[in-house]
Amino acid sequence: MNSIQALIVDDSSVMRKIVERSLRQAGIELSKVFEAGNGAEGLAVLAENRVELILCDINMPVMDGLEFVKALAGVENAKGVPVVMITTEGSEAHVVQALSLGARGYIRKPFTPDQVREQVIPLLTVKA
Amino acid sequence: MTMPTESPTLTASHPSWGPMLDVAVREVFELMLSCKLEVPETPTDGTPDITAMVGLAGQLCGVMSIQCSRQSAGLMASKMLGVEPEKIGPELCDAFGEICNMVAGNFKNKIAGLSDGCLLSVPTVITGNDYTLYPVSDSAALEVTLLFENKPIVISLQIHS
Repeated sequence: MNSIQALIVDDSSVMRKIVERSLRQAGIELSKVFEAGNGAEGLAVLAENRVELILCDINMPVMDGLEFVKALAGVENAKGVPVVMITTEGSEAHVVQALSLGARGYIRKPFTPDQVREQVIPLLTVKA
Repeated sequence: MTMPTESPTLTASHPSWGPMLDVAVREVFELMLSCKLEVPETPTDGTPDITAMVGLAGQLCGVMSIQCSRQSAGLMASKMLGVEPEKIGPELCDAFGEICNMVAGNFKNKIAGLSDGCLLSVPTVITGNDYTLYPVSDSAALEVTLLFENKPIVISLQIHS
Protein backbone atom coordinates (compact mmCIF):
# COMPACT_ATOMS: atom_id res chain seq x y z
CA MET A 1 0.00 0.00 0.00
CA ASN A 2 1.34 3.43 -0.91
CA SER A 3 1.61 6.14 1.69
CA ILE A 4 -1.47 8.32 1.89
CA GLN A 5 -2.63 11.71 3.06
CA ALA A 6 -5.35 11.64 5.73
CA LEU A 7 -7.65 14.17 7.38
CA ILE A 8 -8.61 13.66 11.04
CA VAL A 9 -11.53 15.73 12.30
CA ASP A 10 -12.08 15.77 16.07
CA ASP A 11 -12.50 18.57 18.59
CA SER A 12 -10.00 16.87 20.91
CA SER A 13 -6.39 17.38 19.86
CA VAL A 14 -5.44 14.43 22.07
CA MET A 15 -7.88 12.18 20.23
CA ARG A 16 -6.56 13.38 16.85
CA LYS A 17 -3.07 12.32 17.91
CA ILE A 18 -4.36 8.95 19.17
CA VAL A 19 -6.21 8.31 15.92
CA GLU A 20 -3.07 9.16 13.92
CA ARG A 21 -0.98 6.84 16.09
CA SER A 22 -3.57 4.06 15.69
CA LEU A 23 -3.44 4.44 11.90
CA ARG A 24 0.33 4.09 11.95
CA GLN A 25 0.09 1.11 14.35
CA ALA A 26 -2.41 -0.42 11.94
CA GLY A 27 0.34 -0.41 9.32
CA ILE A 28 -0.97 2.51 7.28
CA GLU A 29 1.80 4.72 5.92
CA LEU A 30 0.88 8.36 6.26
CA SER A 31 2.76 10.87 4.15
CA LYS A 32 0.80 13.76 5.65
CA VAL A 33 -1.92 14.13 8.26
CA PHE A 34 -4.21 17.18 8.25
CA GLU A 35 -6.06 17.96 11.47
CA ALA A 36 -9.32 19.84 11.98
CA GLY A 37 -11.18 20.69 15.19
CA ASN A 38 -14.66 20.56 13.65
CA GLY A 39 -16.46 19.95 10.37
CA ALA A 40 -16.09 23.51 9.14
CA GLU A 41 -12.33 23.37 9.62
CA GLY A 42 -12.32 20.02 7.86
CA LEU A 43 -14.08 21.53 4.84
CA ALA A 44 -11.51 24.34 4.80
CA VAL A 45 -8.70 21.77 4.68
CA LEU A 46 -10.40 19.94 1.80
CA ALA A 47 -10.85 23.17 -0.15
CA GLU A 48 -7.07 23.30 -0.51
CA ASN A 49 -5.94 19.69 -0.23
CA ARG A 50 -6.69 16.24 -1.58
CA VAL A 51 -6.63 13.33 0.88
CA GLU A 52 -7.14 9.57 0.53
CA LEU A 53 -8.85 8.99 3.89
CA ILE A 54 -11.04 10.98 6.29
CA LEU A 55 -11.65 10.03 9.92
CA CYS A 56 -14.27 12.03 11.73
CA ASP A 57 -15.84 12.39 15.18
CA ILE A 58 -19.58 13.09 15.48
CA ASN A 59 -20.02 15.33 18.52
CA MET A 60 -18.17 18.54 17.73
CA PRO A 61 -18.91 22.25 18.08
CA VAL A 62 -19.60 24.57 15.11
CA MET A 63 -20.25 21.75 12.61
CA ASP A 64 -20.75 18.19 13.81
CA GLY A 65 -19.58 15.07 12.04
CA LEU A 66 -22.92 14.23 10.42
CA GLU A 67 -23.25 17.72 8.94
CA PHE A 68 -19.67 17.46 7.75
CA VAL A 69 -20.23 14.13 5.99
CA LYS A 70 -23.35 15.55 4.36
CA ALA A 71 -21.42 18.60 3.15
CA LEU A 72 -18.69 16.42 1.61
CA ALA A 73 -21.02 15.56 -1.27
CA GLY A 74 -20.32 18.99 -2.72
CA VAL A 75 -16.56 18.94 -2.19
CA GLU A 76 -14.50 18.05 -5.26
CA ASN A 77 -11.46 16.95 -3.20
CA ALA A 78 -13.63 14.53 -1.20
CA LYS A 79 -15.13 12.67 -4.17
CA GLY A 80 -14.54 8.92 -3.70
CA VAL A 81 -12.62 9.46 -0.47
CA PRO A 82 -13.65 6.96 2.22
CA VAL A 83 -14.94 8.48 5.45
CA VAL A 84 -14.81 6.56 8.73
CA MET A 85 -16.60 7.87 11.80
CA ILE A 86 -14.76 7.47 15.13
CA THR A 87 -17.02 8.40 18.00
CA THR A 88 -18.31 7.61 21.48
CA GLU A 89 -21.84 7.78 20.07
CA GLY A 90 -22.75 4.14 19.59
CA SER A 91 -26.41 4.51 18.79
CA GLU A 92 -27.85 2.55 15.90
CA ALA A 93 -29.53 5.74 14.70
CA HIS A 94 -26.21 7.55 14.45
CA VAL A 95 -24.57 4.64 12.64
CA VAL A 96 -27.43 4.38 10.13
CA GLN A 97 -27.49 8.14 9.60
CA ALA A 98 -23.73 8.37 9.12
CA LEU A 99 -23.68 5.48 6.64
CA SER A 100 -26.68 6.84 4.74
CA LEU A 101 -24.91 10.18 4.39
CA GLY A 102 -21.89 8.54 2.83
CA ALA A 103 -19.63 7.31 5.64
CA ARG A 104 -18.05 3.96 4.81
CA GLY A 105 -17.14 2.80 8.30
CA TYR A 106 -17.87 3.34 11.97
CA ILE A 107 -15.54 2.83 14.95
CA ARG A 108 -16.69 3.25 18.52
CA LYS A 109 -14.41 4.75 21.16
CA PRO A 110 -12.68 3.17 23.02
CA PHE A 111 -10.99 1.36 20.16
CA THR A 112 -7.88 -0.69 19.40
CA PRO A 113 -5.48 -0.37 16.45
CA ASP A 114 -6.83 -3.75 15.30
CA GLN A 115 -10.32 -2.29 15.00
CA VAL A 116 -8.90 0.63 13.03
CA ARG A 117 -7.06 -1.79 10.76
CA GLU A 118 -10.20 -3.90 10.16
CA GLN A 119 -12.27 -0.86 9.24
CA VAL A 120 -9.77 1.21 7.30
CA ILE A 121 -7.52 -1.16 5.32
CA PRO A 122 -10.32 -2.62 3.14
CA LEU A 123 -11.40 0.91 2.23
CA LEU A 124 -7.90 1.82 1.07
CA THR A 125 -7.35 -1.30 -1.00
CA VAL A 126 -10.77 -1.30 -2.72
CA LYS A 127 -11.68 2.02 -4.25
CA ALA A 128 -15.30 3.16 -4.18
CA MET B 1 -15.04 18.66 47.44
CA THR B 2 -18.35 17.01 48.29
CA MET B 3 -19.73 14.30 46.03
CA PRO B 4 -22.75 12.01 46.18
CA THR B 5 -22.54 8.63 47.82
CA GLU B 6 -23.95 5.49 46.30
CA SER B 7 -27.70 5.33 46.41
CA PRO B 8 -29.26 2.13 47.79
CA THR B 9 -32.39 2.92 45.77
CA LEU B 10 -30.48 3.04 42.51
CA THR B 11 -28.51 -0.10 43.32
CA ALA B 12 -31.77 -1.90 44.06
CA SER B 13 -33.61 -0.72 40.95
CA HIS B 14 -30.68 -1.24 38.56
CA PRO B 15 -28.47 -3.90 40.14
CA SER B 16 -26.46 -4.41 36.95
CA TRP B 17 -25.48 -0.76 36.52
CA GLY B 18 -22.71 -0.78 39.11
CA PRO B 19 -20.88 -3.75 37.52
CA MET B 20 -21.49 -2.27 34.06
CA LEU B 21 -19.97 1.04 35.13
CA ASP B 22 -16.99 -0.88 36.50
CA VAL B 23 -16.57 -2.75 33.19
CA ALA B 24 -17.04 0.43 31.14
CA VAL B 25 -14.22 2.15 33.03
CA ARG B 26 -11.87 -0.83 32.85
CA GLU B 27 -12.38 -1.21 29.10
CA VAL B 28 -11.49 2.42 28.44
CA PHE B 29 -8.28 2.15 30.47
CA GLU B 30 -7.29 -1.18 28.94
CA LEU B 31 -7.98 -0.22 25.33
CA MET B 32 -6.84 3.41 25.32
CA LEU B 33 -4.18 3.46 28.05
CA SER B 34 -3.06 -0.18 27.97
CA CYS B 35 -3.32 -0.54 31.73
CA LYS B 36 -5.41 -2.55 34.14
CA LEU B 37 -7.24 -0.94 37.03
CA GLU B 38 -7.21 -2.65 40.41
CA VAL B 39 -9.75 -2.83 43.19
CA PRO B 40 -8.48 -1.16 46.38
CA GLU B 41 -8.08 -3.66 49.21
CA THR B 42 -8.42 -0.98 51.86
CA PRO B 43 -10.29 2.32 51.91
CA THR B 44 -8.44 4.89 49.82
CA ASP B 45 -7.44 8.32 51.00
CA GLY B 46 -6.11 11.42 49.32
CA THR B 47 -7.96 14.47 48.09
CA PRO B 48 -8.70 14.52 44.36
CA ASP B 49 -7.85 17.83 42.74
CA ILE B 50 -9.10 17.33 39.21
CA THR B 51 -12.58 16.35 38.04
CA ALA B 52 -13.91 15.59 34.56
CA MET B 53 -17.64 15.66 33.92
CA VAL B 54 -19.89 14.69 31.03
CA GLY B 55 -23.61 15.37 31.02
CA LEU B 56 -26.18 12.80 29.91
CA ALA B 57 -29.56 13.86 28.53
CA GLY B 58 -32.57 11.98 27.24
CA GLN B 59 -33.91 8.76 28.72
CA LEU B 60 -31.19 9.03 31.32
CA CYS B 61 -30.35 12.49 32.64
CA GLY B 62 -27.36 12.99 34.86
CA VAL B 63 -23.65 13.57 35.13
CA MET B 64 -20.76 11.13 34.80
CA SER B 65 -17.66 12.29 36.63
CA ILE B 66 -14.14 11.05 37.25
CA GLN B 67 -12.00 12.43 40.07
CA CYS B 68 -8.37 11.82 40.87
CA SER B 69 -5.14 13.65 41.60
CA ARG B 70 -3.68 15.93 38.96
CA GLN B 71 -0.60 13.72 38.97
CA SER B 72 -2.71 10.68 38.06
CA ALA B 73 -4.49 12.64 35.33
CA GLY B 74 -1.11 13.61 33.90
CA LEU B 75 -0.03 9.98 33.90
CA MET B 76 -3.25 9.02 32.12
CA ALA B 77 -2.56 11.64 29.45
CA SER B 78 1.01 10.41 29.03
CA LYS B 79 -0.18 6.83 28.56
CA MET B 80 -2.85 7.88 26.08
CA LEU B 81 -0.38 9.87 24.01
CA GLY B 82 2.59 7.58 24.47
CA VAL B 83 4.87 10.33 25.78
CA GLU B 84 6.75 10.89 29.03
CA PRO B 85 4.63 12.37 31.88
CA GLU B 86 6.92 15.40 32.18
CA LYS B 87 6.14 16.30 28.56
CA ILE B 88 2.41 16.57 29.24
CA GLY B 89 1.19 20.17 29.23
CA PRO B 90 -2.15 21.69 28.28
CA GLU B 91 -3.32 18.40 26.76
CA LEU B 92 -3.80 17.01 30.30
CA CYS B 93 -7.33 18.39 30.62
CA ASP B 94 -8.23 17.43 27.05
CA ALA B 95 -7.10 13.84 27.64
CA PHE B 96 -8.81 13.59 31.03
CA GLY B 97 -12.05 14.94 29.58
CA GLU B 98 -11.88 12.45 26.72
CA ILE B 99 -11.45 9.58 29.17
CA CYS B 100 -14.62 10.67 30.97
CA ASN B 101 -16.38 11.04 27.62
CA MET B 102 -15.42 7.50 26.59
CA VAL B 103 -16.45 6.07 29.97
CA ALA B 104 -19.86 7.76 29.71
CA GLY B 105 -20.32 6.60 26.11
CA ASN B 106 -19.14 3.08 26.83
CA PHE B 107 -21.46 2.83 29.84
CA LYS B 108 -24.57 4.02 28.02
CA ASN B 109 -23.83 1.75 25.07
CA LYS B 110 -23.96 -1.20 27.46
CA ILE B 111 -27.42 -0.38 28.80
CA ALA B 112 -30.27 -1.62 26.64
CA GLY B 113 -32.20 1.30 25.17
CA LEU B 114 -29.81 3.99 26.32
CA SER B 115 -27.51 3.91 23.33
CA ASP B 116 -30.17 5.47 21.12
CA GLY B 117 -32.06 7.32 23.83
CA CYS B 118 -29.32 9.23 25.59
CA LEU B 119 -26.95 11.93 24.33
CA LEU B 120 -23.67 13.12 25.82
CA SER B 121 -22.44 16.65 26.36
CA VAL B 122 -18.91 17.72 25.59
CA PRO B 123 -16.63 17.11 28.62
CA THR B 124 -15.89 19.72 31.28
CA VAL B 125 -12.77 19.57 33.46
CA ILE B 126 -12.45 21.32 36.82
CA THR B 127 -9.16 21.65 38.67
CA GLY B 128 -8.92 22.21 42.42
CA ASN B 129 -10.93 20.68 45.23
CA ASP B 130 -12.63 23.55 47.00
CA TYR B 131 -16.12 23.11 45.58
CA THR B 132 -19.31 21.21 46.25
CA LEU B 133 -21.49 19.46 43.71
CA TYR B 134 -25.13 19.93 44.69
CA PRO B 135 -27.34 17.18 43.30
CA VAL B 136 -30.99 17.88 42.59
CA SER B 137 -33.43 16.61 45.18
CA ASP B 138 -34.57 13.43 43.42
CA SER B 139 -31.13 12.31 42.31
CA ALA B 140 -29.41 9.00 42.92
CA ALA B 141 -25.82 8.01 42.40
CA LEU B 142 -23.50 5.14 41.62
CA GLU B 143 -19.87 5.35 42.63
CA VAL B 144 -16.94 3.11 41.77
CA THR B 145 -13.44 3.51 43.20
CA LEU B 146 -10.53 1.83 41.44
CA LEU B 147 -6.77 2.11 41.56
CA PHE B 148 -4.82 3.49 38.62
CA GLU B 149 -1.09 2.95 39.13
CA ASN B 150 -1.89 2.44 42.84
CA LYS B 151 -3.65 5.79 43.11
CA PRO B 152 -7.43 6.06 43.57
CA ILE B 153 -9.78 7.27 40.89
CA VAL B 154 -13.44 7.76 41.71
CA ILE B 155 -16.04 7.36 38.98
CA SER B 156 -19.53 8.63 39.78
CA LEU B 157 -22.80 8.57 37.91
CA GLN B 158 -25.21 11.11 39.35
CA ILE B 159 -28.68 10.44 37.97
CA HIS B 160 -31.41 13.07 37.83
CA SER B 161 -34.13 10.95 36.30
